[in-house]
Amino acid sequence: MAKMKFLCDTERCIECNACVTACKNEHEVPWGVNRRRVVTIDDGEPGERTISVACMHCTDAPCAAVCPVDCFYTTEDGVVLHNKDLCIGCGYCFYACPFGAPQYPQTSEYGARGKMDKCTFCAGGPEEDHSAAEWEKYGKNRLAEGSLPLCAEMCSTKALMAGDGNLVADLYRERVTRRGGRADVWGWGTAYKG
Amino acid sequence: MTETRKRAMRWSMLGVLLLSLILPVGAYFIATSPSVTAEEATNPRADYWREVRSGQQENAYTAVTEHSAGTVLIQSSGQNWRQLRNGPLATYGGMILIAALVVITLFYLLHGKVKLEHPRTGHTLLRWNSVDRLLHWVVAIGFIVLAVTGLSLLFGRALLIPVFGKEGFAAYAQIARDMHHWIAPVFAVALLLMLVLWIRNNFFNQTDVRWFAAGGGILKEGHPSAGFMNGGEKMWYWVVFFGGLAVCISGFVLYLPIFGQTRPDFQLSHLVHAGFAVLWIAASFGHVYIGTIGTEGALEGMVTGHVDESWAKQHHDLWYEEMQAKQQIHPPKEGKVSAEATGDVVSSGAS
Ligand code: HEM
Ligand code: HEM
Ligand code: SF4
Ligand code: SF4
Repeated sequence: MAKMKFLCDTERCIECNACVTACKNEHEVPWGVNRRRVVTIDDGEPGERTISVACMHCTDAPCAAVCPVDCFYTTEDGVVLHNKDLCIGCGYCFYACPFGAPQYPQTSEYGARGKMDKCTFCAGGPEEDHSAAEWEKYGKNRLAEGSLPLCAEMCSTKALMAGDGNLVADLYRERVTRRGGRADVWGWGTAYKG
Repeated sequence: MTETRKRAMRWSMLGVLLLSLILPVGAYFIATSPSVTAEEATNPRADYWREVRSGQQENAYTAVTEHSAGTVLIQSSGQNWRQLRNGPLATYGGMILIAALVVITLFYLLHGKVKLEHPRTGHTLLRWNSVDRLLHWVVAIGFIVLAVTGLSLLFGRALLIPVFGKEGFAAYAQIARDMHHWIAPVFAVALLLMLVLWIRNNFFNQTDVRWFAAGGGILKEGHPSAGFMNGGEKMWYWVVFFGGLAVCISGFVLYLPIFGQTRPDFQLSHLVHAGFAVLWIAASFGHVYIGTIGTEGALEGMVTGHVDESWAKQHHDLWYEEMQAKQQIHPPKEGKVSAEATGDVVSSGAS
């Protein structure tokens, strides 16, 4: 079975934020929530590096381990999804997640958290595929129509790759061999070592 | 588990323990130390990835400014938190709670209730005025609700989901969480007032030393002297004092995520909160036991405000003498002698 993964090639990412925008638009993500973000390190200095990051769909997912209502599940494709009907907005998954993926729409001035929202690998949620409820809560289900996540599809430099982990890793390895240098499969050690 | 992880866990465990013992307030400012792999320390490029992994990269920027994780790419302390919460906190916490219940049950079975040694005289002393009683019961009821709802979040997944199913438990957990949040401020205010009002009763003195030396008259035979509060009650007061501070302060750090707290702040606060809460709950079993079935005649003091002369002489002789000197012993009200002399709980008037 495929194990879906994201890979961000930091030699290629140019901080255009197209992935952030594409995601936001594709899923009509709630106000104040960003399922993907782009971080630049050493901005404007030699060795500047840019990384696009979202939920990495971890193997032994920390979010799932701490959720008091046990609302996470991993799909056959290795995508980590959660059920918003069960979520109580406690924030524990946000404390545990290494990548800061879980986000909350704020429901009051006092910072009370609403239902958690995070990247779905464009795979919707537990509702019926392509149903109105699924769209409303989780956004588009591109995986069910045979498409891959839009952020990666949109990436003009193909820095961000999404798909079966083995294929993605092969593509990346090929690139690195051709251009020389060291491979930095960013975040994989943290997300998939388990 | 890697050695570094183990080390980081040990250190953060030690850190949490020490900090929470010494200064629960200061604990909030200290982040758990992320793990660093030593073999990568020399390569400058690896340095840079190490910084990323430890969540400490400098000079970072993101256009997505409102994101709650900010520019931190990887935070490794989340793994420590996960392991401490799901591991030691849940395991030892559960064991401590069960052990406390078992010990109290055994004690009750072996020792039984502490009965009044002399029949009630019907003469009473005012022990707790209406403000005392109101505060105590707001605190007590609030505590029970907070404890039940809080423990439901900690243990519900293991204990309640098998019973109610995920949907059923999630519906309950949502209510539990909301109740925890609504009751908490009321509880904290009442607790603070109660602690302030009662602190003057609770400084230890020579009498308490002798009281403890005599095992409180429970562990050994005999009747050690006691003033208004005995040594054991004073101990409970200080448990409530320090446990209350730790739990309330850490609770509000979690409760109001609007002061720019970062994830390490939440993680540490959570461990302090839940850790102290569990210890406090375990200790409260003892207090509730002594206040109800453990001691004949104690509960009515906190319910009606008055205690019987015989109870006062037996448990708080020095206080009794003081009150006697001040002529504060009330004769029985007419016609109520028998009711008051026999009834266990006279009224439920909590105010
Ligand atoms: C159902 C639960 C409870 C019962 C039946 C109960 C009963 C009592 C009684 C009867 C007294 C008076 C003892 C005396 O007159 O000498 C008392 C005192 C006290 N209770 Fe409770 N209580 C309960 C829960 C709590 C809780 C949850 C707390 C705090 C979190 C608490 C804190 C105190 C304190 C601080 C005192 C005074 C001790 C002192 O100042 O030294 N009680 N309680
Ligand atoms: C001052 C009052 C308190 C505040 C502001 C407070 C706040 C919180 C918050 C924000 C959480 C995180 C979970 C969530 O957001 O739903 C929590 C969890 C918890 N609280 Fe409190 N709380 C307070 C008092 C107490 C008391 C008195 C107890 C028990 C004696 C308690 C026991 C717990 C427990 C056991 C958890 C769950 C930990 C877990 O799931 O791992 N809390 N509390
Ligand atoms: S990246 Fe975070 S939210 Fe996504 S699976 Fe891993 S722990 Fe869960
Ligand atoms: S916020 Fe929701 S999904 Fe996250 S741990 Fe809490 S209940 Fe689970």
